[in-house]
Parts: sequence; C-alpha cells; structure tokens
Amino acid sequence: MSRVIVVTSGKGGVGKTTTSAAFATGLALRGHKTAVIDFDVGLRNLDLVMGCERRVVYDLINLISGESNLNQTLIRDKRIKDLYILPASQTRDKDALTLDGVGRVLDELREEGFEYVICDSPAGIESGALMAMYYADEALIVANPEVSSVRDSDRMLGILASKSKRAKEGGEPVKEHLLITRYDPERVQEGDMLSVDDIVELLRIPFLGAVPESEGVLHSSNSGEPIILNGKDPAGLAYDDVVARFLGEERPHRFLSAEKKGLLKRLFG
Amino acid sequence: MSLLSYLRTPKKGTAQTAKERLQVVIAHQRTERSRHPFLPELQQDLLEVIRRYFPVENDQVQVQLEREGDCEILELNVTLPDT
Repeated sequence: MSRVIVVTSGKGGVGKTTTSAAFATGLALRGHKTAVIDFDVGLRNLDLVMGCERRVVYDLINLISGESNLNQTLIRDKRIKDLYILPASQTRDKDALTLDGVGRVLDELREEGFEYVICDSPAGIESGALMAMYYADEALIVANPEVSSVRDSDRMLGILASKSKRAKEGGEPVKEHLLITRYDPERVQEGDMLSVDDIVELLRIPFLGAVPESEGVLHSSNSGEPIILNGKDPAGLAYDDVVARFLGEERPHRFLSAEKKGLLKRLFG
Repeated sequence: MSLLSYLRTPKKGTAQTAKERLQVVIAHQRTERSRHPFLPELQQDLLEVIRRYFPVENDQVQVQLEREGDCEILELNVTLPDT
C-alpha cells in the first residue's frame, strides 16, 4: 500500500517545496521508500532544493506522454537510499499534465513498492494544483502566520473537500494536517503575529507542527541540502519532529515559545 | 523589547486584529461552501447527461452560482467540441 500526500497551501512562497523536500527526505531517512513529485510545470524548483538539478534528464510530462519510462525519469537521491525525485517539466505547457496520466504514474510507483508519494503542489488553485491534490490520501496544509496565507489555506481545505478524488467518489475524506512555517515565537509573544492556537482555532484541522523562522532554511536551499539533514538547525529539528509525529510517534512541540532573554538583552534589546 | 520601547506608549499588537478579521472572512467562506454543497455533484450529473450527446471533456462543462443582490444565478457553460 502506498500513501499519496499532497503538500499544498494556495498561497505561494510559504514553504511548500522546502516542506516537500524535508518531509520526503525525513520519511526516506526512516527507511520508507519515498518519491517526491514536482507538479509545478514550467517553474521547476524541487530539483534545486533537493540538489539534483544537474541530473535531470526526463521529467513528469515525458513520463506521462510515454517518451520515457519510470526508471529513466526517477532521480535517485545520492545521499539517502530510499529517496527518489520526479522533476517537473520546465518547457512543456501545463495542458500536457492530465488526471489520467498522473493516475498512471501513481499506479506505477505503487507497483514499484513506494510507500509514500509526496506531491509538491504549485501555488494557486489552477490545474497544476488540482492535479497535485486529486489523488491525495492525506494533505499537509502549509500556512504562514499571516492573514493571506491563513485565508488561502481555508480555500484549499474547501477544494480538497469538493474536488479531490476521495470527495468526488464519496469515500473517506482526505486526511488533513496543519503545518505552520516561518513561525516567530517572539513576535507571537509581543502580540504581533498569529499564534499556533489562533490558526488552529481558525482552520479547525489537526495540528502537525510548527517550523520556526530560521536562517538555516536559506543556506539549505542555497546548497541543495534539504533542511531536515541539518540536525543543528531549529527548522531541521522541527521537520524531524513533524515526520516522527506523522508516523505516529509522540513528540512534544518545540520552538513554540520565545527563548528567555538575559537581563541585559531585555533592557537593551 | 528594549528599555526605550518600554518608555514609549504601549502599542497593542496587531495579531488580535488579524484573528478577528480572519474569523469573519473564513466564516463567510465556509457558509458559501456549505450553502451549495451539491454544486460539484450537479456538475458531475450534467456532465454525464451532456456526454450522452456530445463527447465533452471534464473542463468543458462549468457550473457557477453567482449572487446579484437578492437573486442567485446558476450559470451553466458548455463548450461543445468542434465537429
């Protein structure tokens, strides 16, 4: 059995690709055979974040249109044994992506023994985003503590509940998880940023974890090393918790409250 | 927060405002969704009926419900294939 998990948000720039890369890497690190698919046709970026941009030969559209087979198209990660990347097409137009085609690719991955398939959705609610979420069993809703992102997340929840395969066939609904990224506990404490509790109360879906705003995320994409591989960075550690929790482990939430400052720092900032 | 900012007049955080505004917007979005939960099914049913006569793709049948004042308008847009 393989599980299809869409990473989605509606809004752009909230950390979908960073999350997809970290989450897929985390699952593979725990020995689960995992593929991560970039659905952002025309704006391929997952390959860069995963550090395999020079090894892209074929892409998702080639695979769907039969110009390449699965083995030729999947890129095997050089660091982690059970991790594979399926890049988006950079040149072809979006209409080449079809529901039937995506379904066939997912079936093939299932036959190859993949336990998890992570679908990195493009921003927006156009065809690419719909393709990415259509076959999902579960969804990671990535939100920033910021008004437009929270509203768009709610829009995505509506779309999952009406346009996914599970919704259309009247099956069990897509299992939703809330992931809050770019969280800044200090600003929350000062009353300048929505808190985890606020966002959970607004969106009313199960909370999987919060990833703190961290300098390490930029370094990680600069060098093509998923942030979860950095065991010293708070964001990397938070993603590790998220993966563990997703797999059913109990992990207390970290990085939700501001660090206590010394007297001098409190006085002079 | 530094000593200087303690001396300035305390400013209320904007997070509370954000939350209150989002409560209104999201409540509105959710009522819209629940008001016509049958729309996707209606679209599916119409698609099936139209398919008995024309070979149309999924995205060639659009069903939209719009409000104009007190009046709701159900708009059905079918793009017929070239023959």
